Amino acid sequence: MSLYYLQKFLYELNRDEAIQEKCREDLASQLKGYELNEEELGALMDGDIGLLYVLGVNGQILMHYAAFLGVEWFDYLEMMRQGIEKYGPVRAGVYTMTGGGDAFTEEDTHQ
Amino acid sequence: MSLVYSGVLSHAPGITGRADLVKNIDKRDEFYAALDRQRQEIEASGAEALIVMAAEHFANFFMNNMPAFCVGIGEKYSGPIEDPEWLKIQRADVPGAPDLGKRLTREIMQTVDTAYAEEWKFDHGIMVPLHFLTPNYDLPIIPVNINCQGPPLTPLHRAWAFGEAVRRACDSVPEKVALVGTGGISHWPATPDSGKINEAWDREFLDRLLRQDKEALLSYTDEETYRDGGQGGFEIRTYIAAAAAARGVGALQFYTPDLPIFAVGCTVARFDIV
Repeated sequence: MSLYYLQKFLYELNRDEAIQEKCREDLASQLKGYELNEEELGALMDGDIGLLYVLGVNGQILMHYAAFLGVEWFDYLEMMRQGIEKYGPVRAGVYTMTGGGDAFTEEDTHQ
Repeated sequence: MSLVYSGVLSHAPGITGRADLVKNIDKRDEFYAALDRQRQEIEASGAEALIVMAAEHFANFFMNNMPAFCVGIGEKYSGPIEDPEWLKIQRADVPGAPDLGKRLTREIMQTVDTAYAEEWKFDHGIMVPLHFLTPNYDLPIIPVNINCQGPPLTPLHRAWAFGEAVRRACDSVPEKVALVGTGGISHWPATPDSGKINEAWDREFLDRLLRQDKEALLSYTDEETYRDGGQGGFEIRTYIAAAAAARGVGALQFYTPDLPIFAVGCTVARFDIV
């Protein structure tokens, strides 16, 4: 159930500029209304894209959140790969990594 | 009048947001030109409103109350929800068609239980198509969502039935209505595999789609789609509904797997309205 609330927080953040503003000012207070475990709270407080990915946050929700944080596209892809390296395989959901960490974008190799 | 246009096109945030990272500029511009031809075809159809049958990405619907289908009946919409600089589409209000939307919804409901919504925030799944098809936001939009994101997903045969219901609804109103289904075929967006595309699977799906091979189209299981087309492949529902609405065979106007920075095989097609 915890993953549900983790994603719900990000869903509400992604679609509401007022919430985004409040989170920029005081993220901890905004998180109080959600049933989150310590690992999830830590991931949000740290903006740890890699851990959020491994925890099973839907990729579409996570992608929009990464954009909110100002993470550049190739950095975002790399953060997910590093998350798997550090925390292990994706634990839930359908946005798993299937390519063994390979880059599928030609432009990846030119950055 | 009736449905006057039905087509499909890809959406992905990279199509606008990462346009400047493309190496294959010629291919990118071919794709953009195909999208512009689709815009011209919709304009030439005399459409008074455009239904955008999309696969939204948690901009409005979440697992607290996820509809299999939803039709927008709002006066106006706003988007994108994403950072405009990231998507490279500025925030805008988009006109809706509330009266037409309600009449269509009433008719759709005769055979398919659809939700409806007066509020709707557009994400890239609608804003990217609109950026190319109605760049001045001067055509009333009726957004439609098919749940392609939050399993359990809308079954494919229900997406087909929904397309049939939309067609019947369009044919029951005096306005000229155009429709586009927008999604990807195979793709693994928003994962480290972003850019991976299964061209053979895409082409097989397009062949089934454009021939109106209903039985073959509806035979994909979600497990097969996930294996061969990735979680992004679940968006084939929007294409299937557009085909069902058109009833006629389709013509592929553009397809390429060679723009991986867009994280989707880029597709443009239209159907005969029969």
